[in-house]
Amino acid sequence: MSTQIQANKTLDCKGLACPMPIVKTKKAMDQMHPGEVIEVQATDKGSLADIQGWAKNTGHQYLGTITEGEVLKHYLRKSSPDETKEEKKYPITVTTDELEQKLKAGDKTTVLDVREPAEYAFQRIPGAKSIPLSELENRLHELNPEDDIHVVCRTGNRSDMACQLLADKGFKNVKNVVSGISGWTGPVDRTH
Amino acid sequence: MATATRLSPMTAGELTRLVLGQEEMFILDVRNESDFNDWKIEGKRMEVINVPYFDLLDGVDAALDRIPDGKKVLVVCAKEGSSKFVAEQLVQAGQTNVFYLEGGMRSWSEHLEPVKIGDLHDGGSIYQFVRIGKGCLSYMIISGGEAAVVDAVRMTNVFEDFAKQHGAQIVHTIDTHLHADHISGGRKLADETGANYWLPPKDAHDVTFDYSKLESGQTIAIGNTTIQIQPVYSPGHTIGSTSLIVNDRYLLTGDILFIESIGRPDLAGKAEDWVGDLRETLYSRYKELSEDLIALPAHFGKLSELGAGGKVSARLSDLYGSNPGLNIEDETKFRRVVTEKLPPQPNAYQEIRQTNMGKIQPAEEEQREMEIGPNRCAVHDR
Repeated sequence: MSTQIQANKTLDCKGLACPMPIVKTKKAMDQMHPGEVIEVQATDKGSLADIQGWAKNTGHQYLGTITEGEVLKHYLRKSSPDETKEEKKYPITVTTDELEQKLKAGDKTTVLDVREPAEYAFQRIPGAKSIPLSELENRLHELNPEDDIHVVCRTGNRSDMACQLLADKGFKNVKNVVSGISGWTGPVDRTH
Repeated sequence: MATATRLSPMTAGELTRLVLGQEEMFILDVRNESDFNDWKIEGKRMEVINVPYFDLLDGVDAALDRIPDGKKVLVVCAKEGSSKFVAEQLVQAGQTNVFYLEGGMRSWSEHLEPVKIGDLHDGGSIYQFVRIGKGCLSYMIISGGEAAVVDAVRMTNVFEDFAKQHGAQIVHTIDTHLHADHISGGRKLADETGANYWLPPKDAHDVTFDYSKLESGQTIAIGNTTIQIQPVYSPGHTIGSTSLIVNDRYLLTGDILFIESIGRPDLAGKAEDWVGDLRETLYSRYKELSEDLIALPAHFGKLSELGAGGKVSARLSDLYGSNPGLNIEDETKFRRVVTEKLPPQPNAYQEIRQTNMGKIQPAEEEQREMEIGPNRCAVHDR
């Protein structure tokens, strides 16, 4: 299955040898907003391990890599300083284990994934619906305010904001999945 | 060497001589952590640290803090680009005596250092080619204007140039077994020089090319038959593994016996089947040979296996005293040691075997990639 992965910016590093792909990626990331996704196209095979290492050491989120012929497409999401801060305000939370039990038992619930489409493409809870946090307000009509909704993101912060937004808009049964996909040990789906 | 205020390149050959000369140096390896942990340059008096270049994009202070005063500094990366990038910044920051490794770890992996092992009676000589970055050892036996090359690596021009310098024509190339850790240069070298290519037939079931059968009972002569090369069937690392006795003095052990370890039996997927052969070869067949033979392996795994001038060799009787792989009395224990908790397999070893069988023909660049990393042919490698 092949679907286009959305990125806010595409960076061409084809034909460049190390260190240039990382140097250019860093420069481009410095100009981007937190939460945005960059696609880095490179032909240097060494760029794969290096971009993973760089992302790990800088705190940016490495999403995944797609190989198309000679070209490696790396996807990264720029992290924001406040993502690491604990500012959860939405009171109703469940753990990833509780959600996993619930899905296993076949209970009817909507899993709403508010991460970026690129994050969703590489790893998601099976059956989850994708609406990025930035689009949620304009796409509320796709959801039913009466439904039981579990909101999930990577670590529980964006989903916290999404829960608050949904509660404000009159959604009655919304729960924030704390620790998010990063704490999820159940089955996953992926497009790539 | 004078204190340099500018950045200078260092070749893999220059680095080799510093390692063999046990010189002091500080090495800053700027590759990513996993590549570094997998494989790095070592030297008895060399301090080696890892700070990835991508942690130094905003400045090199983090690396500068760790460089001891007054030491020569060599910056190393995979190919060269990142090491220059970092090294230039070190120089700008006032660091002196800064070098980068020309061609990076790739050149390090490909460098061959010829070392003379000794003279043969009737005027011949035997040389060892130490591929120091990867731990491969090839051999050239020269006599009366003719040469035989054993376990040649793919940098065949080095052997051709060396033979030419010594006024010899390469007439035989021999592989002691089908290699899994590096791409053999034996067949290529034979093609280029018109030599005869020898391979043990039991390792050659699936090969796509013609070769001469390397089998016990037959001798290979060079230089008007003054030098005799006797094959000795010694299975265990592979089913065909064959050792060579040169002039009743040198025992080329291939990947069966190393200086501080023994060959692993698992690289062709037959560990269980070949354990018995390995034991038989090491604990009986070799014991029947003269204990004064000088063992010359096809690999080394540790720096401590290098002797004077980089030479890797030992008397067979000494190995029976010191090599842990030759001193496991209990057969069950032996079986465990050589089949359990083995080191990781060499990078791309299956593709390398396919290449050596002639089944695939990767481009040179791909061959380089396939050979990245240490050889890991011994049970005690890590």
